[in-house]
Amino acid sequence: MKPVAAVARTAGGNNVAAWRVQMALKFADWRFWLVIGLFFLLANTMLWRAMYLKISEREFLEKQGEMRYERVQEIAAHRGRILDRHGEPLAVSTPMESVWVNPRDLGVDVDRLPELAQVLGVDLGKLKTQVLRHADKRFMYVKRQVTPEVGAAVRALRISGVNTQREYRRFYPTGEAAVHVLGFTNMDDEALEGIERTYDDWLRGEPGARRIIKDLHGKVIETGELIREARPGNDLTLSIDRRLQYLAYRELKAAVQLNMAKAGSAVLLDVRTGEILAMVNQPSFNPNDRGSLRPNLARNRAMIDNFEPGSTMKPFAVAAAMQTGKYTSTTPIDTHPGYMRVDRFTIRDHNNYGLLDVTGVIRKSSNVGVTKMAMSIGPEKLWALYDALGLGKAPGTGFPGESSGRMLHYRDWSGSDIATHAYGYGMSVNTLQLARAYSVIAHDGVMMPVSFLRLEQPPAGEIVLNPAVAHSVRTMMEEVVKRGGTGTKAQVMGYRVAGKTGTAHKSQGGGYAEDKYVAVFAGMAPASNPRLALAVMIDEPTGGSYYGGQVAGPVFAAIMDEALRTMNVPPDALPEPDVVPGVMSVTAPNAAPNVASGAAQGAAVKPAQPKAGANVAIKPAAVVAVKDSATQGGLH
Amino acid sequence: MSPWREKMGSTMAGLRVDEGVLLRWLKLDPWLVFALLLLLGVGAVTVFSASHQNMAQMVSLGARIGMGLVLMLVMARIPPTVYQFWTPWLFAVGVVLLLAVELFGHVGKGAQRWLDLGFMRFQPSEILKLAVPMMAAWYLSLRALPPRPLDILATLLIIIVPVVLIMLQPDLGTSILVAAAGMFVLFLAGLSWKYITAFAVALAGLIPLMWQFGLHDYQRQRVLTLLNPEADPLGTGYHIIQSKIAIGSGGVSGKGWLNSTQSNLDFLPEGHTDFIFAVFSEEFGLVGVVVLLSLYLFIILRGLYIAVQAPTVYGRLVAGSLSLSFFVYVFVNTGMVTGLLPVVGVPLPLVSYGGTAMVTLMAGFGMLMSIHTHRPFMAAR
Repeated sequence: MKPVAAVARTAGGNNVAAWRVQMALKFADWRFWLVIGLFFLLANTMLWRAMYLKISEREFLEKQGEMRYERVQEIAAHRGRILDRHGEPLAVSTPMESVWVNPRDLGVDVDRLPELAQVLGVDLGKLKTQVLRHADKRFMYVKRQVTPEVGAAVRALRISGVNTQREYRRFYPTGEAAVHVLGFTNMDDEALEGIERTYDDWLRGEPGARRIIKDLHGKVIETGELIREARPGNDLTLSIDRRLQYLAYRELKAAVQLNMAKAGSAVLLDVRTGEILAMVNQPSFNPNDRGSLRPNLARNRAMIDNFEPGSTMKPFAVAAAMQTGKYTSTTPIDTHPGYMRVDRFTIRDHNNYGLLDVTGVIRKSSNVGVTKMAMSIGPEKLWALYDALGLGKAPGTGFPGESSGRMLHYRDWSGSDIATHAYGYGMSVNTLQLARAYSVIAHDGVMMPVSFLRLEQPPAGEIVLNPAVAHSVRTMMEEVVKRGGTGTKAQVMGYRVAGKTGTAHKSQGGGYAEDKYVAVFAGMAPASNPRLALAVMIDEPTGGSYYGGQVAGPVFAAIMDEALRTMNVPPDALPEPDVVPGVMSVTAPNAAPNVASGAAQGAAVKPAQPKAGANVAIKPAAVVAVKDSATQGGLH
Repeated sequence: MSPWREKMGSTMAGLRVDEGVLLRWLKLDPWLVFALLLLLGVGAVTVFSASHQNMAQMVSLGARIGMGLVLMLVMARIPPTVYQFWTPWLFAVGVVLLLAVELFGHVGKGAQRWLDLGFMRFQPSEILKLAVPMMAAWYLSLRALPPRPLDILATLLIIIVPVVLIMLQPDLGTSILVAAAGMFVLFLAGLSWKYITAFAVALAGLIPLMWQFGLHDYQRQRVLTLLNPEADPLGTGYHIIQSKIAIGSGGVSGKGWLNSTQSNLDFLPEGHTDFIFAVFSEEFGLVGVVVLLSLYLFIILRGLYIAVQAPTVYGRLVAGSLSLSFFVYVFVNTGMVTGLLPVVGVPLPLVSYGGTAMVTLMAGFGMLMSIHTHRPFMAAR
């Protein structure tokens, strides 16, 4: 090798040194080559190792890496609003933020918890114990649903391990008035009850997803690519009218309190379309304050709880009898001596009414009279009408827990069952079913499907009762609220009302409780061309009076009165000029075309909505005053 | 004539003579200087990324590089005969400082390695990285070669005393490197295969004993971790898994400078020091690794060439040992980062952000250049 020769030449002078160097080089020659060979071997090992990791293992290692820093974060979707029939909000979702902590990532920032507690307004001691308890966990909510401003303030603190997350909070502007119908969602925006649950698929959006990159400490470094956008839910327009819902709730609540009742419910139906305009219950709770929720308070009793309808069934028994052609409104019925035996039971009237006509049977609510009529036509015909009216069958709204009531098939009826069914015992209904059955009489025998949703077109109805019979039963029912009837307190000034009282003993332990009642009033108005059907049920009134006419009648009147005027329904029982002088006689002719067109076109055609203000002039001064008070109450 | 000088000459013809004279006076080896500067540049670029673009750290790195370059310039100017003369003294001072560390050293990260000099902290074991091979070469160059049994024993003693002291600190990584540097001298001095075989057998026999008594618990754990890193992914296996992820996800072409997710997201610990190879590998891919390894290869081959050309036994043994040690540094570090070897605290030479290790290396290269540029016939050329 050249270097060896060079060294040997130059070092030639010094013999000892040269010898040593030469010896060393002799050994070194092959040792260096060995070392260099070994060196290349190891360098290649490294290269092989790098290639192994970078090529063969790459996919696996990349996935391992992504598992560590990549997360898919859900983007909460905006839940659709629930609106009333006029577009007023009944349930809206507002953006909120939740603050959560990864206790493992707090690190030294644990000393900054007081700042966090201050911003969130939570107790520092509690926060510390909470963090300690979750010390080995990776997720812990500190406070949920804070305002976006508070969320921003928390982020501005930049405490490691403290994070915020976008959420939506459901807010119900109608509060306790509509909670039973609307239902509610939980903290995680999942529908639990009511319309929220029935139409969850429609209302619920589809959460989006975003790929985010987190560092070792769980801090989001980069909100990366959007995998999919959150799809917001759809708005839902209900048939409910917020104003009617409020007023019905207000009246029902007042009545339940006044009568010291256990519960109550009321359902207001649009006769021509089957739309539910209001459905209210007592007791209630405020869904915006989750702390007040008790399962017992959340129940939509109007659709879920059954009760024996009592005398409110009599108009249907009479209608069933009249449909056979055996009876007219003037057919005499002898109810003497005020009681009769059926099978082994004695059926009693309140008094001995003696000889009544069919109208009198309704007006006086004679058990004996209606039993005689029912027995003369036989169980099948009575049952057939009840069945056609939807009794004993669920209304089919899809509402969670919707009850069907209870009614035995007539083949299973025992001897006295025809009598009890005629005056509404031995069977049960819910308030909605009752209101709906009354809407059939109101709608001249046509039954409409009930709907929670606002309808653009009235659906096809089904004729279940002879229209002429329906009309004459309605006329008879007007007698109930007139002087001498059982429901005089259900009168509405300016409108003709047809209705029926019901006072039923509550069944208890196989028999009937002597002192527990269900007070009911169901009816419709205006009787000349009904627009609204309303059923009011007060459960266990203990305030002294318990008769349907005394307890439920005034509620009916109050709701119906305001509802008719709110909806600008033309009055059909204009008071005599001396009652409200002046204005009426002058303006009544202006209103006449409206009334006429509504009546002439009938139910099948959707009547033109009277323009707001068109009828204001014809309203008596007293009504205007009521409307004003409603306005002040915040209904608009 | 080196191509570097040719290039300088052709572009700056007027300065040609001056350049040549200056270079000759500086006693630098242009090949090594070029490769070292390139390596330092790669290091700075990678540290910048791995330290999350921490400017304070870059300033401190710059200061160390400057210190290393100055030391290299000075060391290159000093002729090998001076080194040879002062070798025993340097060795003695080194051993005394190690004892001083043992008695009143600064404890940092669970090990007693540092000596606080007031203005800077100083790791005496760094001196021994140079002093041990120098001392072994000094001793052997006085004896007949190949070494006879007594000489071998004496040399072993020279090696073992400082190695044991360093191991006691404890600093397994450095003690292995120091021991290796000394053994390379013995090997290059012509240690017969008889002895090499005997050493290998003795070492094999000693390993179980070492395992039982010579290693600290954490050191044993590191070895076990190497064999099965997934056994304790959150504990001792954590480093290896994270660095393998970094290397693997870099792929062939790499993610690009500043784009190492493993380092940027803090998953890779010690990314700018011992595990910088993982960051480099993630950002620059297999291509970068090949370039980096080639650079190291070139430096080591140049060092070995210098050793072969060295005119004296002392120079030859020192140059050979330093070159091979350099190679061991590279292999131990990359082996540990890629999961081939257990985790021992050895930085990637000249690339890792590391205190005194870089300065020592630069001093060693200065000495290597001195050995090459002070050859007797250099003056005659």
